[in-house]
Amino acid sequence: MTVSRKIVLHFPAQVADRPIVCDLALRFGLAFNILRASISPHREGIMVMEIIGEGANQEKGLQYLREQGVLIESLSQDIRKNDERCINCGACVGVCPTSALFIEKPSFEVRFDGTRCIACEMCIMACPTFAMEALI
Amino acid sequence: MLRSYEEINQKIREGKAVVVTAEEVIEMVKEKGLKEVARQVDVVTTGTFGIMCSSGAFLNIGHTKPRMKISEAYLNGVMAYCGLAAVDMYIGATQPAKDDPLNKVHPGEFRYGGGHVIQDLVAGKDVLLEAYAYGTDCYPRKKLVTWINLKDLNEAYLFNPRNAYQNYNVAVNLSDKTIYTYMGILLPRLGNAGYSSAGQLSPLLNDPFYRVIGVGTRIFLGGGVGYVAWQGTQHNPSVERNERGVPKGGAGTLALIGDLKGMSAQWLWGVSVRGYGCSLAVGVGVPIPILDEETLYYCSVSDEEILAPVVDYSSAYPEGTGEVLGYVSYAQLRSGKIVIKGKEIPTFPLSSYQRAREIAQTLKRWIQEGNFELTRPVVNLPGVESGVRFKNLKERPVENYAGNLKG
Repeated sequence: MTVSRKIVLHFPAQVADRPIVCDLALRFGLAFNILRASISPHREGIMVMEIIGEGANQEKGLQYLREQGVLIESLSQDIRKNDERCINCGACVGVCPTSALFIEKPSFEVRFDGTRCIACEMCIMACPTFAMEALI
Repeated sequence: MLRSYEEINQKIREGKAVVVTAEEVIEMVKEKGLKEVARQVDVVTTGTFGIMCSSGAFLNIGHTKPRMKISEAYLNGVMAYCGLAAVDMYIGATQPAKDDPLNKVHPGEFRYGGGHVIQDLVAGKDVLLEAYAYGTDCYPRKKLVTWINLKDLNEAYLFNPRNAYQNYNVAVNLSDKTIYTYMGILLPRLGNAGYSSAGQLSPLLNDPFYRVIGVGTRIFLGGGVGYVAWQGTQHNPSVERNERGVPKGGAGTLALIGDLKGMSAQWLWGVSVRGYGCSLAVGVGVPIPILDEETLYYCSVSDEEILAPVVDYSSAYPEGTGEVLGYVSYAQLRSGKIVIKGKEIPTFPLSSYQRAREIAQTLKRWIQEGNFELTRPVVNLPGVESGVRFKNLKERPVENYAGNLKG
């Protein structure tokens, strides 16, 4: 069964110049959608991506990446809403491109659905109480 | 008249007052009709919780030994105004920390400011005071660095020159780039729309002609008890109104006062608005005594009947042109999308409806439990008949000005 999941890849400096993400498609038949990518001055890289394909192929593909030294995390662990700091205003809702942040009715509380998050971090800019946190 | 303030307070003392929120009363009136509900209900409670920039607190820190007439003071690095008596000061919500980079790298973060100082004080945290003076014969001391705590201050009271705006703009962005406003981050080409009133729960929208809310009205303020001190700054009763008396834009405002020592950090929240500055989110709740059917008629207003003007914050607002792109109801705004210029636009609130509701419920409980009696206004706020009108500054050029106060 074809499934989609969002992950965060942390590349160590020594693999930053190798096209190993392409191998996900070439070797394991996986489709991927790069949501965000950056390389730091010390050449470590971070990539947020959605991978789409058969569950078994995904496992093989991710195992391959791990063997190349890539650290893999689930996206939902990287962007978090600190409910103690959230005043349920809704300023974040207006900039969230995927409606991962939304206002639940009838309670009118602001909710965060991590599975829809693409880690664009716009909510972190918009939140007036620093309730949205990025661990990437 | 159905009942007087005295009769309502007597019922409150006996624990017999019937109190409902401004949200609950809407359905009741739809079901049972105005007459029946007016007979049953004694008090309707309102609430709002949002960023209210014109906020601040007066503090008296007590005299030092030797005495000092403070002329410059910083609380956790945020300047407090000291042009008052020796150890009085006013900390304003939007004052940024002294070392803040402001908007030099746009859009600035503004991580800490006056609003945060107020929240820290109310939370019972120690706050660093750094103060300076020029020294006089009776106040010789020139420097002071100390921790202060709210519980040790003589007086500490919130005084907010402008709160609880009666209706407000809906902000959009017609330009091609993202803008960072006090109405939130506005995406280009009508990408989103921000709104800020609590609508049907908002105090002044439930008493549109200021019949019962006036100077001296006892209220919920920041989790404690406060009072309406005066009309707020920019109070503008002359705005065009619909058939229910609801102003079609920002109109009346309230100046509020209350003892900071009785308040809570849950309801006074320091905020940082990207690219704009620091401020304070304030919780306000106002009780409305149902003196007659007319009072009930006005406070049974619903989101469908409250219209707000849509304003372009990339040009019309900063340039002050007064141009309005159209009107939308709070029911539409709360549905999550509105249509402007033929385009469907997602909406987002800046004031918390969930918290506005919690304030109205809390005030209802206080009254039901006999802990909060109602007060009759000492003076009414200027109404439609007053002719009071909000004015923009009429600039008058000054010729041959030799001064050079700045730049």
